[in-house]
Amino acid sequence: MARMKFLCDAERCIECNGCVTACKNENEVPWGVNRRRVVTINDGVVGAEKSISVACMHCSDAPCMAVCPVDCFYRTDDGVVLHDKDLCIGCGYCFYACPFGAPQFPQAGAFGLRGKMDKCTFCAGGPEADRSDAEFKKYGRNRLAEGKLPACAEMCSTKALLGGDGDVIADIYRERVLRRGKGSEVWGWGTAYGPGKPGAQPPQPARKS
Amino acid sequence: MRPVFAFLIFVFISGITACGEREQVVEQQSEKRYQGKRDGKPWDSAPLAAEFRGGTWTKGNQQSWEEQIKQRQLGQHEHKRIYQ
Repeated sequence: MARMKFLCDAERCIECNGCVTACKNENEVPWGVNRRRVVTINDGVVGAEKSISVACMHCSDAPCMAVCPVDCFYRTDDGVVLHDKDLCIGCGYCFYACPFGAPQFPQAGAFGLRGKMDKCTFCAGGPEADRSDAEFKKYGRNRLAEGKLPACAEMCSTKALLGGDGDVIADIYRERVLRRGKGSEVWGWGTAYGPGKPGAQPPQPARKS
Repeated sequence: MRPVFAFLIFVFISGITACGEREQVVEQQSEKRYQGKRDGKPWDSAPLAAEFRGGTWTKGNQQSWEEQIKQRQLGQHEHKRIYQ
C-alpha cells in the first residue's frame, strides 16, 4: 500500500459542507472544533467560484511532526499522521507550522483556553486500542480498522472529495479529468503529466460517434 | 585503467542512489522521536458483522485488508460503478 491521501476535485465541490457534517457526526467532534472545513474562493462570482474541502493532508514530511516539542506525532504504516493526546501539551506550535490550518484546539479543557490538539485522523483513531471506547472518546471512530474509508469522503454526494490510497485516488481523478477534459489546473496537471508548461491541459478524449 | 573504471562505477552508483526517493512509509513503530504509546494495525481487528457493511478480510492479514480497502476506494469511482 502507498500512502493514504485526500484529494478534493474543485470542479465538483458544491460547498454543501456534507463532509464537515459527516466528520463531526462520525467522530462526535466537540463544539468549536472543525477537523474539516470547506474553503471557497471567488465566492459569488459567476463561473469563477471554486470550493475545496480541507483537513489534515497527512503530509509525507509533516511539519507538525517536525516542530512538536514533545514528539507526540507518529505516522502509521499506511501513511496517516496521528498523535498521542496523552503527550500533547497544547502549545500550538503545530498550528503555526501546518500550512492547512488542520490542528484545532478546543476552547475548554485541562489547559484552560487552549486544550489538547485535535485534528483529522483519516478516521484511523489514535494510539489507544483499536475500536475501543477510549480511542473513540479521544480521537473518534477508527473506520480504517472497520475496513472503511473516512466518513467525509464516503459521504461526499458529488464524489468531489476522494480519500484512500494515493495511487488509487490519483487514478480515479486522472480518468475523470481525461473524460471531461478540464479542471486539472489547480492540481498542476501540466507539471505532473503534461509537457511542463504552466496551466497545461490534458489531451481531449476521443469522441465516440 | 582499472582504478579509473572502478571510480566511474562508484560515481554512477552514487548518482543513481541520489536520485532515489526517500523512504516515507512504515515509520510508525520505528519512529525514533515518537514518545507515545504504540498503535495497533487496522488489519489486526476482526471484520465487523455483515450488517455494518465493513467488508471482509482475514484478521491479521495485511494483504486481505488492503484488498478490502482498495475495493472500497473503487466505490468512489463512478465511471467504474456505472460502466462495469
